[in-house]
Amino acid sequence: MKPIIELIKDLADKHGRERHSLLPILQGVVEQEKYLSEYSMIEIARELDIPATEVFGTATFYSFLEHKKMGTYIIRVCKTITCAMKGEKQILLTIEDMLKIKVGETSSDGKFSLLQTNCLGFCHKAPAMLINNEVYTDLTPEKIREILTMYMNKKEGGENVN
Amino acid sequence: MSTNYLLKRVDFIFKNENDWEDVLKKSITRPPQELINELISSELKGRGGAGFPTGLKWKVASEEKSDVKYVICNADEGEPGTFKDREILSRVPFKVLTAIAICGYVIGAKKGYIYLRGEYYFLQPELNKAISEFEYFCKEINFDFSIKIFMGSGAYICGEETALFESMEGKRGEPRNKPPYPSSFGYMGKPTVINNVETLAHTYTIFRYGSKRFYDLGVQYSRGSKLFSVSGDTPKPGIYELELGMSLADFVEEFGDDDTKAVQVGGASGFLVPRKKFAETNIGFQGKLVGISLPTGGSMMLFNSSRSMFNVLDNYLNFFAEESCGQCTPCRVGCQQLLMGIKAVKRGDKNAQYLDKLLKLAETMQITSKCGLGQSVANSFSSIVENFREEMIY
Repeated sequence: MKPIIELIKDLADKHGRERHSLLPILQGVVEQEKYLSEYSMIEIARELDIPATEVFGTATFYSFLEHKKMGTYIIRVCKTITCAMKGEKQILLTIEDMLKIKVGETSSDGKFSLLQTNCLGFCHKAPAMLINNEVYTDLTPEKIREILTMYMNKKEGGENVN
Repeated sequence: MSTNYLLKRVDFIFKNENDWEDVLKKSITRPPQELINELISSELKGRGGAGFPTGLKWKVASEEKSDVKYVICNADEGEPGTFKDREILSRVPFKVLTAIAICGYVIGAKKGYIYLRGEYYFLQPELNKAISEFEYFCKEINFDFSIKIFMGSGAYICGEETALFESMEGKRGEPRNKPPYPSSFGYMGKPTVINNVETLAHTYTIFRYGSKRFYDLGVQYSRGSKLFSVSGDTPKPGIYELELGMSLADFVEEFGDDDTKAVQVGGASGFLVPRKKFAETNIGFQGKLVGISLPTGGSMMLFNSSRSMFNVLDNYLNFFAEESCGQCTPCRVGCQQLLMGIKAVKRGDKNAQYLDKLLKLAETMQITSKCGLGQSVANSFSSIVENFREEMIY
């Protein structure tokens, strides 16, 4: 984990300091931090020399750019029609029951956040969800228990060891 | 009895990618005008849903005078029930890359972008590998062209072409007024061709085999084949390449579960067709076909008799209310009012005639919204409320 200021500088070096570099920079910060704090948005604005309100306005438009503190693993369960028809509710209940959090909440150990999202494009393998950038499809409560147990046993920072 | 033979399966998109180097080399030695004519005579229309003639798009952009132009591949596949573009990008990426580069050659652009939706982030490593290999080959043959992936961040509206440009420019994904159209004023205000992933993959087929092979498929006004994303109450969900112009009745015969009550053609922004209209409905672009002809980005969602159409509409309206960019009033307020309205009718707080007022509101949204999102809410709203009125009330 890089300090935020350093991360923002590196991202700006990589993507440039123009307005059209904004989204990749925001995404880069979210990739490490999982969300955009007010502090990081102000720092990005400073780095690109644009008003902080512009950064805030842009960032809050996109549903994957969270501006509230999130857990290490962000679970996004698809709620659009086919997933809703194929048991999305049971999936949510199973996750809520296992992690003891409701939609929109983060577990007390800061490991998991549970969110709902719109169509993930896996309607033929519904229900589907994302955990950070990994997709899980054809979900059942049993499968959810397996997947979440795997994540619960993961050490902090040990991402993408599938 | 199966009417398998009535649905004409095609295998173009996912086949024969290994000759992309030849296709690229040969295409960039042909005069641009000839390639444009090839596309125009194929009558290929955009496969993202709107169905604009692809050849015309390229032609207009090629005639624009500008030192800088762009080609953008729209991979912001967000329409509920659509998942074909991901499959194309993961199975035949070189077809798409080649098509982007050929388009660049035709219109005079040196740079191409793939706008990939945030949900497909996992495609990035493989796609970047393909891009490196592709660019290496371009260098070898002294063809100056580069391609970059631009990631989206979870906004359905960014699939709208001008919203996509805004997003790439680092702004909120709010659609622009049209005109000016992208071919003259697109990304960074420069002439831009923006095509759907599947559209580009079809241009590859056309440049490789000639326009006739493509034109010979399909029916009048709806030439060629199309990928269909089939989901919902079906024993065989998945992606199928079929000739355009098929009747919905044949489609249901093949993909239904013998209890199909309705099919949503074209995703949440498309139309719901009830069982009694299957026979008169064809899948293709508006033309002089008998009966109704529905264009589509390829989303086909089947519902059987266990499904409540109220729940379906409720789900769609929630989707639109969340994904509306909020820029123009008819769409921002309209989506929320339609959603509250059908709930009030269901609860009995409003009488059944209130549905007629909501239908009027949907019509107003269709006329006055700034972009396709607000304009198309009426498609599903009206087709569901009109055909399943009693399910909305009781």
